[in-house]
Amino acid sequence: MNIGLTHYLVLSVLLFGIGLYGTLSRRHAIVVLMCIELMLNAANLMLVAFSRYVFSHGGQAIVIFSLVVAAAEASVGLAIIISFYRQRKNIDIKDIDLLKW
Amino acid sequence: MHISSITPEFIWAILWLPLAAFAVIAPLIRPFPGKAEPASFISIAAVGVSFVLSCWLLISVWNADGHQILVNGLNWLSITNGPVFNFGLLLDPLSAIMLVVVTSVSLMVQIYSRAYMHSDASYRRYFAFISLFTASMLGLIMSANLLSTFIFWELVGLSSYLLIGFWFHRPSAVAAAKKAFLITRIGDIGFLAALLLLYSRTNTLDILTLNSSAVTAVLSGSVLTLAALGLFLGAVGKSGQFPLHIWLPDAMEGPTPVSALIHAATMVAAGVFLVGRMYPLFEAAPHALTVVGIIGAFTAVFAGTMGLVMKDIKRVLAYSTISQLGLMFLGLSVGGVWVGIFYLFNHAFFKALLFLGAGSINHATGTFDMREMGGLRKKLPWTCACFTLAALSLAGIWPLAGFFSKEGVLAAVWDKQPVLFAFAIVTTFLTAFYIFRVVFMVFAGKYRGEQHLHESSKSMLLPMLILAVPALASGWLNANGGFEGLFEGHATHGFLEGIVGLLAHPLAWISLATAGLGILLAYVMYIKVWIKPDRLKGGLHPVYAILTRKYWMDDLYENLIARSLLYRGAFQIAQWFDHVVIDGATNGVAAITKAAAKHTSRTQNGALQLYALVAVMGALIIALVVILV
Repeated sequence: MNIGLTHYLVLSVLLFGIGLYGTLSRRHAIVVLMCIELMLNAANLMLVAFSRYVFSHGGQAIVIFSLVVAAAEASVGLAIIISFYRQRKNIDIKDIDLLKW
Repeated sequence: MHISSITPEFIWAILWLPLAAFAVIAPLIRPFPGKAEPASFISIAAVGVSFVLSCWLLISVWNADGHQILVNGLNWLSITNGPVFNFGLLLDPLSAIMLVVVTSVSLMVQIYSRAYMHSDASYRRYFAFISLFTASMLGLIMSANLLSTFIFWELVGLSSYLLIGFWFHRPSAVAAAKKAFLITRIGDIGFLAALLLLYSRTNTLDILTLNSSAVTAVLSGSVLTLAALGLFLGAVGKSGQFPLHIWLPDAMEGPTPVSALIHAATMVAAGVFLVGRMYPLFEAAPHALTVVGIIGAFTAVFAGTMGLVMKDIKRVLAYSTISQLGLMFLGLSVGGVWVGIFYLFNHAFFKALLFLGAGSINHATGTFDMREMGGLRKKLPWTCACFTLAALSLAGIWPLAGFFSKEGVLAAVWDKQPVLFAFAIVTTFLTAFYIFRVVFMVFAGKYRGEQHLHESSKSMLLPMLILAVPALASGWLNANGGFEGLFEGHATHGFLEGIVGLLAHPLAWISLATAGLGILLAYVMYIKVWIKPDRLKGGLHPVYAILTRKYWMDDLYENLIARSLLYRGAFQIAQWFDHVVIDGATNGVAAITKAAAKHTSRTQNGALQLYALVAVMGALIIALVVILV
């Protein structure tokens, strides 16, 4: 069986779905953060796949940028979670509800 | 001797010089401490040169073809595919004579003011305003376009406002200035409406074009009448005619030289000038011209009666001015331009002289109240001589200037409107009486005040003596028909014949006898005291009350119209509208927004995953829409 574009796209959609589900349903903040990374990487995978199949390097270049941003985002996110933990001794995402009214 | 014709540069200079004096004095000299004198020198020099140029201009106009010089305008305002307004100068006998009157009286008044205002802390401000006024008045006279006339018209109103309220620390002066401004504004609405009407029908505001199109009847009858009445309403406001006369007596709160220049000789005559300027238009609208005559005749008697009872010397002169302006309108209405303007020309000199005399009396006695004067003849001989001469001229005694102009009006009104002739003759009587009441109360008898009396300084007497010459003799200019000829091109007759010849006419004797009767009555009442003024006052108490309360006109305007109708009526409705409708609308919108926000903000509950879910749903909906549509 040849592994073609379709396989990569299906894998990417599955990864994105898992990440979305985790983001919306899990209560542990770090897990949510990881799920967001999963969605991001699903998108990255798709970009690389398309890049390969249309013979253009633009998609891969975007992925490099995207990885850098993701790294920065992850560090900021973790810093927020640590800061929150120091305040509340708890990182349940249901309790992170300060952005209201 | 042949005098070469004036060039446009010099004509422009007549206007720009006083304006430049204002521009120099107001920002450059006034704010800096130091000697005040330069301000007056600049101002006087500017108007002096303007006066010389005006005389040159008058001679040039006299020599010019058709007695008319046009100076092409600055292209002042042009709108693409729209109207073009030029600021040009129209110089004909009317404007040339007015220029000479304005510049000469302004020059004399300013020389007089140097001494009169000497101790005033706002000396420089005074000269700045006087220069501004002179420039605006000159612009008003020379303007060839009704739009620029209107602009200058408002500028003289502004200068008048500034100078009436010159002593702004006095509440009465501030109130008088405000009153003058508001009342003349009512007239100006008429002027503006007339401009809009004329422009909408003829697409031009050029004076010559308007006057010719009036003659060729491009405008239909009722439109023309309305436009003429609008212009006349402006003139009524500016010239203090009934029913907008109430501001002029109060305007006497300003410095006396200002009253002489603005509220006697020049600005208040602007209304007469305007009607004279647009005379062909008025002639084409005979109904409007009749209204001019009726209002003028009525005002002449109406204001004259109020002048009978005033205690304040300047108030008497103010009512006299209103009354005489009424006669000018009457003269314009029945006799044509030259009758009215000739009256204006003579009146400017002797009335300015009367005011300067009043200022000189005030310098000596420190008051304008005639009850605290008397017997000033001995201490102020020169002032007395000048004042009496001007009073005789005002009363219309042969062979002084006032006689000739009054004869012009009387003869014309006798021919055309015999009913109004009665008004004119009554005015003659009233004028002679009230002005000699002033003369006798001030100069005859014994001094009733407590001041140490002294004659005014030479620098005040000099301009008065100079003005006494035209007050005596300016009427003789028409003795050979010269003045009339400037306007109408009549054949002229001999000089002496003109002066003496009028006496052959019975009208002259009627008017002289009436004036003499007025003087005699004043003599009987205030010198011989055969008739005691106080007993007369008691006997005619209701009449006296009406006159001292000024026919309740002030009460009518202030209490009935301003307080009751406007303040309690129209303004209350406006206030209600403002509070309920306008404020209600804004406040209502705000309240609705606030209430809506209060409820919808509950949805912002801070649950992160719900937000994320909503975002995802939104993205899905967008995707669906994109795919399906």
